[in-house]
Amino acid sequence: MTIEATVDGTVIQWRDRKRYLWVIGAIVPLIPISAWGIHALTGSTAAWYFGPFFVFVIVPIVDLLVGRDGENPPEEVLAELEDDRYYRWVTYAFIPAQVAGLIWGAYLLGGGTLPGIAEPLGVAAKIGLALSLGMVAGIGINTAHELGHKKEEYERWFARAALAQTFYGHFFIEHNRGHHVRVATPDDPASGRLGETVWEFMPRTVVGSLRSAWDLEKKRFARLKTSHWSIKNDVLNAWAFSIVLWGGLTIAFGWEILPYLVLQAVAGIWLLESVNYLEHYGMKRKRVESGRYERVNPSHSWNSNNIGTNVLLYHLQRHSDHHANPTRRYQALRDFKDAPVLPTGYAGMIVLSWVPQIWRSVMDHKVLDHYDGDLTLANVHPRTAAKYERKYAS
Amino acid sequence: MSRFICPSCEYVYDESTGNPREGWPAGTPFAEIDADWTCPDCGVREQVDFLPIEQHEKELS
Repeated sequence: MTIEATVDGTVIQWRDRKRYLWVIGAIVPLIPISAWGIHALTGSTAAWYFGPFFVFVIVPIVDLLVGRDGENPPEEVLAELEDDRYYRWVTYAFIPAQVAGLIWGAYLLGGGTLPGIAEPLGVAAKIGLALSLGMVAGIGINTAHELGHKKEEYERWFARAALAQTFYGHFFIEHNRGHHVRVATPDDPASGRLGETVWEFMPRTVVGSLRSAWDLEKKRFARLKTSHWSIKNDVLNAWAFSIVLWGGLTIAFGWEILPYLVLQAVAGIWLLESVNYLEHYGMKRKRVESGRYERVNPSHSWNSNNIGTNVLLYHLQRHSDHHANPTRRYQALRDFKDAPVLPTGYAGMIVLSWVPQIWRSVMDHKVLDHYDGDLTLANVHPRTAAKYERKYAS
Repeated sequence: MSRFICPSCEYVYDESTGNPREGWPAGTPFAEIDADWTCPDCGVREQVDFLPIEQHEKELS
């Protein structure tokens, strides 16, 4: 399908080569169900761990093999590209698939059997299944991210639905009105700092983001001069989706699924927060004379054009454009040629983050190079600041 | 009654309708809105960054 725009009498034509690849995002929720197929064929317990294997092994390999895609839609066709409703339907389709996959998983976690699964799953298989569901849950937070940024009110409700699986409904409030405001500053709980390990970052971002979301809504209700203990509080009405979903699953399949629901939510949240960690690792906005931080610009985000992760995450890796234009739809996000680039896609970078020594050896000099060796320009973690000053002072 | 526009995402604050959800009832003058109030759509620009809509249109043309 070709889009045309006429500029000064010249017709510009552009065809989106990724147009049909975006459907892959909508079939992500079927990943755990493919574990069922592998298990039926092999009888192996390891089959239930297919979800993490897909995200941390297959996707990084695809990123390395298929390489990068730096193609940008021309400025003139952006509006039409954004208005093409096909792209938004692809994101909406994720949600029913996500809920169906979770119900299927909860049935098995509750001791159910299916063709190819003669016996109820054992504990090791259930842990694997929960982790696989958690990968979908985490990618679901990314779908919610795409939807929660949109101006249409109904898309923001869809975002709440996609966040129900992880009990992370407060994310779309904190992310839009907290993270986007404070990104790449020491004040932002959801921006990774130079020298901070992902393991230290996790509690800081989870607790800080929750507090931020609650405070943002409290402040809004203070302006409304009513109590924030209301179902109109977006934190509470977003959590209500989770209470209904988790409550329904527990009633249907028994309380014994609850530890596994918690495990899959933790895995999903951890996946999402890992991405938060690396997206702005070490980046810092300068303070300008008025005392405010400078405007967010392309130099404040890490980007990647690796096509595998980009198709899974709706161009999230074109992160500089996302922060410049948060309401822009994913299909219209562009690669900024001068923006900082990661060595590989987000999926592979998450794997590196597990071992802080490896992470630092890959990333720290990239941050330093980005700031021409001037450590004072980076967002340095207080715990490691003295050590970094000794190491990089000259 | 004046209208002010977010220079990032083109959200328009109209004084005659206000933004009751954000705590600004219809008729709230733009000048009375908190300086650090962020655009309800994009979150990247604040009240002080908004432009009178006439000025924005002039800059575009």
